Amino acid sequence: MIINYCIAKLNKFLASQVKRPSVRYWNEPQKEDKSRDGENTGEAAVQQDRRAKKRKQKDETSKSDPFPGSAPIPKDRLQKFKRKDKITKPPRHYRKLKQVITRSEEASDLALKQAARFDLLLPEDAGFLEGDEDEDTCTISQEDIAEAVDITSGAKYFNLKLTQFGPYRVDYSKTGRLLLLGGRRGHLACFDWQTKQLMCEINVMESISDVKWLHTDSMFAVAQKQWLYVYDSNGIELHCIRKFNDVLRMQFLPYHFLLATASATSFLQYLDVSTGKEVAAICTKTGRLDVMCQNPHNAIIHLGHSNGTVTLWSPNQKEALVKMLCHQGGVRSVAVDKMGNYMVTSGMDKKLKVFDIRALKPLTSYFLPAGASCLSLSQRGLLSAATGDVVQVYRDVWSTPVTKPYMAHRVRGSVWGLQFCPFEDVLGVGHGEGFTSMLVPGAGEPNFDGLDANPYRSAKQRQEWEVKALLEKIQPELISLDPTDLGRVDRATFEQRHQEKVQSLGFDPHAKEKFVPKFKKKGRSSAGAVERRKKQVAHVDQRVIKMFATSCRINK
Amino acid sequence: MAKVSKIRKSKKRSKVAGSSSKKPPVVYDDEQEEDVCGAEEDVSSEEDDGEDERKRQKLLEAIGALGGKRKHALAERSEAAVHMSEFSMTADDEADLSDLIGTIEKTPAATAQTKKHLKNLQRSKNTVECPLSKQENERIQRDVAFQKAALEVSRWQSIITQNQRAEQLVFPLNQEPSGPKPIEQVVMGWEARTPLEKEIFSLLAANKQPILDAVLTPAEEASVKAMDLEQVKIRRAERQKARALQSYYEAKARRERKIKSKKYHKVQNKAKRKEFVKQFEELVKTDPAAALEELDKMERARMQERMSLKHQNSGKWAKSKAIMAKYDEGARKAMQQQLEVNKDLTQKLVTSLSKEEEEEGEGNTDMLPDFVNDAEFKQDSSNPWMRGRLSEDPTEMELKDTMDVTAEGASAVTKEAEEEEGSEAEGTEEDALLREFDSRRKQRQDQESDTSAVIVNDGDDGVEEDQVTEDKVAEISDEEEEGLSEFTRMYRGIGKSLEKDAGSKDGSAELEEGLMRIRSVDDVDLLPQETPTEPQQAPTPQHQKSAEQQPSRSRKRKKGIELREVLTKETKVIKVPLAPTVTDSEEKLDQRVLIEEAFAGDDVISDFAREKRKREDEGKPKVIDLTLPGWGEWGGLGLKPSKRKRRRFRIRTEVPPPRKDQHLPSVIISEKRNSAITPHQVSSLPFPFENPAQFESSIRTPLGRTWNTERTVKKMTKPRVVTQLGAIIEPMADEQLLKGKKKVSARRRSRNTKTRTQPAK
Repeated sequence: MIINYCIAKLNKFLASQVKRPSVRYWNEPQKEDKSRDGENTGEAAVQQDRRAKKRKQKDETSKSDPFPGSAPIPKDRLQKFKRKDKITKPPRHYRKLKQVITRSEEASDLALKQAARFDLLLPEDAGFLEGDEDEDTCTISQEDIAEAVDITSGAKYFNLKLTQFGPYRVDYSKTGRLLLLGGRRGHLACFDWQTKQLMCEINVMESISDVKWLHTDSMFAVAQKQWLYVYDSNGIELHCIRKFNDVLRMQFLPYHFLLATASATSFLQYLDVSTGKEVAAICTKTGRLDVMCQNPHNAIIHLGHSNGTVTLWSPNQKEALVKMLCHQGGVRSVAVDKMGNYMVTSGMDKKLKVFDIRALKPLTSYFLPAGASCLSLSQRGLLSAATGDVVQVYRDVWSTPVTKPYMAHRVRGSVWGLQFCPFEDVLGVGHGEGFTSMLVPGAGEPNFDGLDANPYRSAKQRQEWEVKALLEKIQPELISLDPTDLGRVDRATFEQRHQEKVQSLGFDPHAKEKFVPKFKKKGRSSAGAVERRKKQVAHVDQRVIKMFATSCRINK
Repeated sequence: MAKVSKIRKSKKRSKVAGSSSKKPPVVYDDEQEEDVCGAEEDVSSEEDDGEDERKRQKLLEAIGALGGKRKHALAERSEAAVHMSEFSMTADDEADLSDLIGTIEKTPAATAQTKKHLKNLQRSKNTVECPLSKQENERIQRDVAFQKAALEVSRWQSIITQNQRAEQLVFPLNQEPSGPKPIEQVVMGWEARTPLEKEIFSLLAANKQPILDAVLTPAEEASVKAMDLEQVKIRRAERQKARALQSYYEAKARRERKIKSKKYHKVQNKAKRKEFVKQFEELVKTDPAAALEELDKMERARMQERMSLKHQNSGKWAKSKAIMAKYDEGARKAMQQQLEVNKDLTQKLVTSLSKEEEEEGEGNTDMLPDFVNDAEFKQDSSNPWMRGRLSEDPTEMELKDTMDVTAEGASAVTKEAEEEEGSEAEGTEEDALLREFDSRRKQRQDQESDTSAVIVNDGDDGVEEDQVTEDKVAEISDEEEEGLSEFTRMYRGIGKSLEKDAGSKDGSAELEEGLMRIRSVDDVDLLPQETPTEPQQAPTPQHQKSAEQQPSRSRKRKKGIELREVLTKETKVIKVPLAPTVTDSEEKLDQRVLIEEAFAGDDVISDFAREKRKREDEGKPKVIDLTLPGWGEWGGLGLKPSKRKRRRFRIRTEVPPPRKDQHLPSVIISEKRNSAITPHQVSSLPFPFENPAQFESSIRTPLGRTWNTERTVKKMTKPRVVTQLGAIIEPMADEQLLKGKKKVSARRRSRNTKTRTQPAK
């Protein structure tokens, strides 16, 4: 439609240039249409024809807009913002219902259309690397790319040679401005990686297993040898959390303000960063937990285990929501894409597998000769896999079977941490000899949400964002496998609800007390008398039970 | 009443009489009937056997007298008597219409019309029913009144429902949208609605007033020419005098208002009252409608008095007086007076006019300012003859004369005149614009109708698109289902094999064996394949894939169990340009991996399968056996409880719904309900919804600013009722009703046009 529109405009322009009176702009696009795909646009063409006729009639009297109404919205864009299918309308006689439904449909239609229309305001587009005729993009070296691109982008490729305290874990802040490096041997540094401005650099004098930024740029958590520590961006220790011991991996859920930690003692713990309380501590009973990732779509934590399974956890349930057998050996790394559709795992069996985690089905499986130790997915869906000291980047692992990587780069020392920088075409690699910032064209999301994660925000904006984010904090109870569960009617039966209540309270609030006959003197509390008195009440209880049973049946 | 009954009887009678004239009457059961018969026959004077008849009648009479009550019959005019019937009838007899008609026909004095009328009456068969009883009558009246009222109220029904269903109501209701409006709309929207406006327009047209802008109208020009200096001077003098008088009057009124003497005011009030009574009486004679209105006003004043706490000795002043009343005569009197005033004011109005006049004496002091207003109005119009009202002047002069007598009428007229002037000025401008934009309006209307048609077309497009997408979705789901069914078949195969070897160790070993073999074969197949044919593969990966699949498929058939398919899809070996340099740690790790691959791999799958089976078993319904051997029958060694008993005491729990991971062999999904979310969920379906799907779809779109554009948020969260701050919300007027009807009809019309356009497309 848009193309037609453009062509028509162009033709109009041409016609006005050449001044040919007989040629009309509405005659041209139809031919184009028919030649391109006659079947699909035939109807549209007919319609246009009719419109043209109408226009012809009208043009005699006055000049009017040749394209009346609002501009059409492309279908794919509509599809992008679509939430759920419409339901069939109720029969006519449910007037009120019909009215409510039509209103809500109208509203959601408007919302959909507006969102699709305003998608136009996201002007940036992601680029990608393109090789020459018979040149593989994976053979292009980082130096070449850095030379070819502009200076600012070229400066984003750099190496930090930190041989003393490696290997390094890496974490970018949510906006992608700040970088946090945690060396295995206690080296901790955070800096603005674009300006290379160091904010703090300390040595915690303990081994560090993982580092993670918290909700703002001013706080980060460090999993040290024994406890979990929180530092501010000046390197001042804010907290030492003794409840969290032997933490190996951490994930921060930004909208829930939860720090999820996986420990060597097979505990998965959740710390609410806004209140400082431990939300949940789950014993997974699966041994050492050193593979962890989060699903950004529904805030579910994925853990990889040595028996080849990947388990999915929420803080609300003591058992794994889902347990998938993914590999024959142990799982070495897990990554989930931004939309929460795909999960990529790599295992000891040197395989790289892609799963559709909505359907929990395997999609594709690749064999990597060296096996991937670290995986990371970018915002645009590029997959980086570290095999030994080589970092490979793949494009479109789930949609089309890939035979060779999109990019590859060799770093010094084995890779320990790997993360794509948000909103930048940069991949940060922490390895035994320091840190390497790689250029990966097409990795980052080109359009950022200024109200969510704005890389260019000022201090004032950051403060405002923090307040708003805290106000909009999602409670941990709302974490579930399907985030749309909240918008669903609870279909539990009365019995189920009662059971849950009993379980949560520890006693049955509706239970009737057992009748204990009062003790009476003068020999009236003889066993026989007591039994008689009990019998007098017995039929009442019977009736209550019967009533309850019937009510249950009715509820069912 | 009596008449009616007579008429009814007369019909019967007439029938009977008709028959009797032809045939001799057979049986007479009623005494009266016979009387009548006899009377009629007298009148008709066709007496063949008249004598016999009379005799017979007398005989019958005698018989009748013998039995029942003593009948006091009046004699006929045959002999002298005190009580003599006028129409040869006894007092007990009832007159019949037919009797009367018979005589009328003969009398020439009766007009043909009355005769005809009577004949019609006689001929009409249906009787007139007797009037209803008082209660019934009242009930019917009430019914009718109720129906009328219901009709009146039901006229509002449509507007009420419309407002109830409206997405948003903005009070006050008939508010014009704020903000600047395009001038065309303003001009086009205006039309002469009220009778006054219409009258003004007709007057303007009649007086040849310019509707387009002009300095002077022809009439004005003529008047300017016609007026000479003398006349102008006289007029001016008159005006000056009037103005002076008015100022005097105003000054006087001001002075009087300031006087504090009670007595003076009493006298004054009395005088005023008298004046008012006089006026009212005059009004009653000249204009009863106005008098009625006056009465109404009084009634309203009374109502107000009844509502308020005035004069009820409940105020601050009254309370203070009440304390003083014990000692102070004056205070007592004042209180008494107050109460009297209250009594006077709240007294029920009696229909006689004279009483109300007295009551209302105080309230009607506001008539005087009307006169003043009038005078001021005249001051405003500094040059009255330049305003083009020449033709109206004489009438106004007349009004002026009468004004002194009846102030009200005059004020009303002056008001009218004011309005006239105002609207006239507007009229001249607006008419000009009206004509200018009339054509434009038409044009625009045409355009609108066109665009609406186009919009309809667009909507249909959307529908078609939707259908297309639905079809696609259906296709996709079909495909998925096929895949699923394949999967289930495979999984069933596994299950069977597992069941066969109950120990499951052997089975797992077998499974593992199969798996390893497949993989190794695959690797062997794949690895050499890819190295030579790499350049070809790159462009056509799919082709290569299909080539791969064919041999593997044949292999599958041999084995029967497709675990490889279940656990892993076929793997693709990726060629990496940079071979990884293996570090020491990696090497160690690799060795370990190798060892694990060699020994632990089988455990992985079989452990998982075992766990899954365990979970499935947990979820399966358990049978509880509560039979007690020897209870109710003989027990002991070798004796089993009877089958009936066992069946009776075995409790089966319900079969749970199928597991979610039924078709996913490599997945265990927890069946536990997530109860953490339940407090936040809607637990019962809200009112208009019939099923959860409807409700869920209605809340599927979020409302927040994070997910929507600003306009959408505003649209979706707009309040149901909006009231303007400080604005008075009036009850709806009748005009609203008419407007609503118009709107509805317009909408219906537009809908009709839409439906007309749809098939055309």
